[in-house]
Amino acid sequence: MPSLKALKIRIGSVKSTQKITKAMKMVAAAKLRRAQEAAEAGRPYAEELTKVMARLASGVTVGPESPKLLAGTGKDTNQLLVVATSERGLAGAFNSNIVRAAVRKARELEAQGKQVKFYLIGKKGRAVINRLFPGKIVHQVDQTHIKTVSFDDALEVAQDIMHRFEAGEFDVARLYFAKFQSALVQIPTETQIIPVEIPAAANDKTPESGGPVAAFEYEPDEEEILAALLPRNIAVQLFRAFQENAASEQGSRMTAMDNATRNAGDMIKKLTIQYNRSRQAAITTELVEIISGAEALKG
Amino acid sequence: MADVHFELVTPEKKILSEDAYMVVVPGTEGDFGVLAGHAPLMSTVRDGEVLVYSSMTNITQRIRVQGGFAEVTDKGLTILAEHAEILSGAGAEASSHGRPARADH
Repeated sequence: MPSLKALKIRIGSVKSTQKITKAMKMVAAAKLRRAQEAAEAGRPYAEELTKVMARLASGVTVGPESPKLLAGTGKDTNQLLVVATSERGLAGAFNSNIVRAAVRKARELEAQGKQVKFYLIGKKGRAVINRLFPGKIVHQVDQTHIKTVSFDDALEVAQDIMHRFEAGEFDVARLYFAKFQSALVQIPTETQIIPVEIPAAANDKTPESGGPVAAFEYEPDEEEILAALLPRNIAVQLFRAFQENAASEQGSRMTAMDNATRNAGDMIKKLTIQYNRSRQAAITTELVEIISGAEALKG
Repeated sequence: MADVHFELVTPEKKILSEDAYMVVVPGTEGDFGVLAGHAPLMSTVRDGEVLVYSSMTNITQRIRVQGGFAEVTDKGLTILAEHAEILSGAGAEASSHGRPARADH
């Protein structure tokens, strides 16, 4: 049985922990709202671009002259896994879920005899991946100084990745991030970014309007427009991933901190009961001592 | 004559969605004006200014765009730009630079 003093200190420390987790939860909730708004504001652009890409790609035949970003290098021996995690921990299973999805894929690819490399965004995936796949991390993007990701940040990363692609470092690139569904649910998601996966809508010849696809004039021609759009598409996909990740991270943290606050509350209750019991026991013992002392003197 | 519906979208948010008499877009192969009923067209956009006309002579908005792409369909004109900054006209503060305007709920 711990002493009264020890119990008191313990209760105090759990209380201050609870204060911190509660504050973190509220901060995460506020940030979540902003991140969610940003993600929603970015949706129209991504949707438009996907539509345009689909329309363009349906008119272009993929051949050896097609841009490599669309057609690929013709090989798939070198695989790059772009893993986007957060810069901070204490967000529940957020980071480990993303990393787990990437590691699973990496194992699968290695079993097929492929070369796997990692490109990390955010520092939270580093420790695990470095332990499981030592020496396979080619680069790590530091986003500690970035408060809210802007499109330029995504563009920078996209350009670096494309540069590596052109240098022949890899043939296929996949992107890992957590798709935001709600504060409770974030889904680790994999998308292939190089070569570009043409969305399923490409085969959908009947647009929503119902009429036949209007003949478009292209300025410059289709191939050139496509060549200009492909790199942009990668940047947009990265940007989407960053935004989804930002919302997911805050959602995950909010849930985790809410749980922590509740657990701390339970613990405080338990410790307080224990404290009161021992206090009463101590008082009773003292009383018994005094009374029996008095009784002894009387006799 | 009916107006052409014009939308300007950046990856960060939708900047504009309104009807205009004519929109002049700086295409890579030359500027072009889009009025209602324009033939479907896709073009890349060079860095420059988009002009929005509310009537034949009246320019209501100038928007600087960067890294863009324009698409004209029967529904109207959509410009996708990496950056857009409204230089003059309504909503000049609500540009993609500086602090973003609060989204409506």
